[in-house]
Amino acid sequence: MTNQVRPENSPAIGFALPELTTLCIVLSGQWLLRSQLPPVALVAEQLDSHKELQSVSFDSSGITVWDTGLLVFLSRLQKLCTERNLTVDRSNLPEGVRTLLNLAAAVPDADRTSVDDRHAGILKHIGNFTLQSGTGFVQGLKFTGDAVLSFIRLIRGKAQFRTVDLFLIIEQTGPNALPVVSLVSFLVGLILAYMGAAQLERVGAEIYIADLVAIGMVREIAALMTGIIMAGRTGAAFAAEIGTMNVNEEIDAFKILGISVIDFLVMPRILALVLMIPLLTLYSGLVGILAGMTVAVLVFDFSMYEYYQQTIRALELKQFGVGLFKGTVYGIVVALSGCLRGLQCGRSALAVGQATTSAVVTSIIYIVVTASALTIVFYKLDI
Amino acid sequence: MVQENTALQFNESAVISVIGLTMAYGDFIIQHDLNFTVNRGDIFIIMGGSGCGKTTLLKHMIGLNRPQQGDVYFGDHSYWRSDEQQQAAIKRRFGVMFQGGALWSSLTLAENVGLPLHEYTDLTPDDIDAVVSFKLALMGLAGYEEFYPAQLSGGMKKRASLARAIALDPEILFFDEPGSGLDPFSAKRLDDLILELRDSLGMTIIVVSHEPASILAIGNNSVFLDDEKRTMIASGNPAVLIEQATEPKVRAFLNRGEYEHTG
Repeated sequence: MTNQVRPENSPAIGFALPELTTLCIVLSGQWLLRSQLPPVALVAEQLDSHKELQSVSFDSSGITVWDTGLLVFLSRLQKLCTERNLTVDRSNLPEGVRTLLNLAAAVPDADRTSVDDRHAGILKHIGNFTLQSGTGFVQGLKFTGDAVLSFIRLIRGKAQFRTVDLFLIIEQTGPNALPVVSLVSFLVGLILAYMGAAQLERVGAEIYIADLVAIGMVREIAALMTGIIMAGRTGAAFAAEIGTMNVNEEIDAFKILGISVIDFLVMPRILALVLMIPLLTLYSGLVGILAGMTVAVLVFDFSMYEYYQQTIRALELKQFGVGLFKGTVYGIVVALSGCLRGLQCGRSALAVGQATTSAVVTSIIYIVVTASALTIVFYKLDI
Repeated sequence: MVQENTALQFNESAVISVIGLTMAYGDFIIQHDLNFTVNRGDIFIIMGGSGCGKTTLLKHMIGLNRPQQGDVYFGDHSYWRSDEQQQAAIKRRFGVMFQGGALWSSLTLAENVGLPLHEYTDLTPDDIDAVVSFKLALMGLAGYEEFYPAQLSGGMKKRASLARAIALDPEILFFDEPGSGLDPFSAKRLDDLILELRDSLGMTIIVVSHEPASILAIGNNSVFLDDEKRTMIASGNPAVLIEQATEPKVRAFLNRGEYEHTG
């Protein structure tokens, strides 16, 4: 059989009036979805042109093959007839068609009000969003509190996680993140150097590129970039892992055993990030400075020694302190958001996706907010 | 398996009593006014059509979901009016086999079964390994200690999950749809395991199920949840209910949907 519907087999529709009150619809040919089915409007015209009609019947003897195409056509037809108060006599339709139409017309299950709000109106969405933001904030606070309590248990030696897990997560968050951190830091260092040079050139103070890059990277940007990379890389992974565990009832299995999910799943992840993020931040700063040096040496003809000396002069210990402090805070923010969103995850694949997205968004928002807050605080404190 | 010197003892014949339980998601009531008692040594079936709230009821009984009204008593102890420590002590008395197994996917079978033992016993690692191997062997999984859950078939996952559920020799075992997704042989094998656990270890067992064959084979007590009335419409021994339930729906359910045509 070819895909081309041969003309003599194409679905056709004809009408006959055996009685004045009955319209007989004559169907013939291949009634397949992929054939060009006649529009129902044809029938509607016929129905409207005969005022005395009371019922509709069929002659389907000419139908060679049929599929859902015929069924859809007939159910549309049924609707037209119901609107016009016409009875439909299905007795001459193929038996399979009759059975399927009856099945489809069967009364659906008793009231199944959907709890799903996906198709709700916009006002309901806004209302739900507002309510959720409120409870979400409270849940976030409670979760942070739980994490602090868990940390205290850890210090008192009562924590319950497995050290194997900790090292595994450390490997995933730390060493495995080096390539992307290197790339991003190098490029950001490069950008900083060029941007700085463009301004400093005008006053003939290009050597201060070194100061700009060193302080900028070490104090702010290394931590910020590392934080955001961690949010996209590790925070998302945490949310997806824990979310999937929730979908598979693995979290319930922990709860039933009375094993604290915070101790067992969240603590090692926070610890791993808190241990790794300062190292990554330092590394990111170093790579950024190297990038600045590359630009200074290759484009602006400084000697490496000159640049090195200028960098050493510019950097004070407190810049490192500020950078590492910020990095650590971002690490905690990322770990908390990732784990929280994972635990809040619903019970479907869709929910895991939402949890992951939400973890990244939450992390980035809180990173930027804390970054601004800390910058202002440090400025006021003159650090 | 009865531990003599623990504070909570279930010597009463009523192991679990559900009293006036109403379950809801927000304003949406799933089931209301459930009252029933699970006795020591029962294999108690929670049955009903899909979506009527069987698993939700199970989750209320194991303390995962908080009831909107009513309470669940373990012996004389109200679960929902207990403080966290008492709740933890109650939880220690039961094991749960979740529908999909819920094995921890990042741990091997041995670690899955061993984790509860690590947490709650003072056994040495060697002893734990021995217990783990024994429990796995009991479930026909000897030699699978180092396998990860993803490497197992559905039936093996369920049996591994059962091995974990009985790791701490609980008095009460909960099963969520033990036979779902299993071929008839594996489902039958799991049913037999449930009977053997009850008979040999004297456990009280609660099973969520919609499989009449399995319900009639293992259950000696039950509750039937109806999704239209949103409450229980029958309780008692399924073998009796199949003949004598006042609601025809219950009889039909146990007869695999066939209404009896008795004159």
